[in-house]
Amino acid sequence: MSHTQASGPPDDAPADVVESAPTAVVRPVPRRPRQRFRPHLLVFLLPAAAVYTIFMVYPLIDSMRLSLYAPVDGVRAFVGLDNFVHLLTDDLLSARFWNAVWNNLVFFAVHFFVQNPIGLLLAALLSSATLKGRSVYRTLLFIPTTLSVVIVGFIWQLVLNPIWGLVETPLLGQSSTALITLSLMSVWQYIGIPMILFYAVLIAIPDELLEAAKVDGANGWQTFWRVKFPLVLPTIGIVSVITYVANMNAFDLIYTVKGALAGPDFSTDIMGTLFFRTFFGFQLQRGSSTMGATVATLMFLLILAGVLLYFFVWQRRVEHYEL
Amino acid sequence: MTTVVDAQPTRPPLREKPRKPWPARLGAAVPHVILVTYVLIACGPILMIVMNSFKSRQAIFGEPFAPPNASTFDLSGFETVFDRSRFELYFLNSFIITVCSVFLVLLLGSMAAFALAEYRFVGMTLLALYMAVGIMIPIRLGTVGILELLVTIGLVNSLAGLVLVYTAMGLPLAVFVLTSFFKQVPKELKDAARIDGANEYRVFSLAVPLIRPGLAAIGIYTMLPIWNDLWFPLILAPAENVRTVTLGAQAFLGQFVSDWNAVLAVLTLAMLPMIALYIIFSKQFVRGLTGGALK
Repeated sequence: MSHTQASGPPDDAPADVVESAPTAVVRPVPRRPRQRFRPHLLVFLLPAAAVYTIFMVYPLIDSMRLSLYAPVDGVRAFVGLDNFVHLLTDDLLSARFWNAVWNNLVFFAVHFFVQNPIGLLLAALLSSATLKGRSVYRTLLFIPTTLSVVIVGFIWQLVLNPIWGLVETPLLGQSSTALITLSLMSVWQYIGIPMILFYAVLIAIPDELLEAAKVDGANGWQTFWRVKFPLVLPTIGIVSVITYVANMNAFDLIYTVKGALAGPDFSTDIMGTLFFRTFFGFQLQRGSSTMGATVATLMFLLILAGVLLYFFVWQRRVEHYEL
Repeated sequence: MTTVVDAQPTRPPLREKPRKPWPARLGAAVPHVILVTYVLIACGPILMIVMNSFKSRQAIFGEPFAPPNASTFDLSGFETVFDRSRFELYFLNSFIITVCSVFLVLLLGSMAAFALAEYRFVGMTLLALYMAVGIMIPIRLGTVGILELLVTIGLVNSLAGLVLVYTAMGLPLAVFVLTSFFKQVPKELKDAARIDGANEYRVFSLAVPLIRPGLAAIGIYTMLPIWNDLWFPLILAPAENVRTVTLGAQAFLGQFVSDWNAVLAVLTLAMLPMIALYIIFSKQFVRGLTGGALK
């Protein structure tokens, strides 16, 4: 190691020196010789790495490990993939599982198709150079995002309660409308995030680019679709993948409004509530930490599938522009 | 043909500043109409809850859209809340948990980020990647493992247990974002300090104030999900004496569903602190989310 470094500059230098003499001289200085042990490095890095490893990474791995175990005569024993087989082949359990997966995908689809257009519209309006009162609008539009999901759930339960007369039908009480209504409540809360992220992209577009489009005769509509929209498209991808991950482990809203049973008749049951019930049990079914871990592992795989789909399909198809 | 050529230069001045014709002024109003409509959708329900929490039972049902006035003003909901539950304790718990977690995330996060940005060492990229993985994986998936761990070390139903879990949850993003902030701190500054004999800890303490915008953004971004979380308090610390506001509100709401005065009062109490804090810091928050750009 020390051979090449020590002998490097004097012997091999000539070829380089001709091209970039100053850098060749400067470079060796910042690249200090590797010190054997730097205690401050440990002091800086260890606390964060330790807390993260002990309270996040280890439990995650331990949960996956537990999904391969089951209580046999009161003792935990290794059972391989039995839990997964049981979950996916047992009539009742697999029906619940696929129901939750499907509902979760609907939950996400509503987010995707509602929050992106509305978020983009609001961001486009906010980013207009001539708009007055921008920061007031921005602040007000973001308020629901700062609330607890529990609060959001109850706010809408009250507002949508037929007693108050805004709506006639109990939207949250019918199995045909409950899931969609809950999804829209969630969109209502989180719309601020896509809005702000789109807004950040739109205000970063250099004025020259927009001027050039204007000079070329593009009207506002054309400028939006031909210039701004392609620049926002990568962010729509990022927002969608963040939303997907968040939706796949959503729980608070459904639990608050519909309880752990996610009624009526499991029509609002998603992965988070299924996980909770499997882990802690409810009514007649007993809770099981190993089966809970199994559900959590499947949630992880679903999330992983979504993220990989994003990286390998969306990211490759969508063009990214450097501004 | 000549008329077309003539018409072109004359038209634009008509649309210019002094006084816009009606269509243009209407056009300028459209964005405001859309934005005001959405502001009503976003804030209307919240306003309705806050307004009605100060009204008597009859007025809540009789005229839900009217603001409270002298004859309908009523604080009985708030009285019920403080009589029947220990809301001040829940507030204190939430406050302790949030402040400690955010402090630890910022302290440990900036230390690790400083090291990752400042030094070169074996396995540096690997460590950065290891920390970053946690940004995409939700910590909730490890709940079974976390509960077993906390049972083992005796931290179930304790504020400390929640603080440690939330710190682990907030660290990945904090390290990732703060590293890029530390990389922007001018090198000359740090080297000048070193030449003056400052040790690495002193250099760190000099660099931290320079990344204040990053710390503010991460602080706010970490704070909200912790204060608002229901999942971990419900599973790791459901006991009355360590209950958080969110869990306390959830439990109270479940119990008093039919007492609208009390329900509205709890909702108002639970959401106003966060809204107030958000409005005070909204600039930093937006700046954090937009990566420093602000218009």
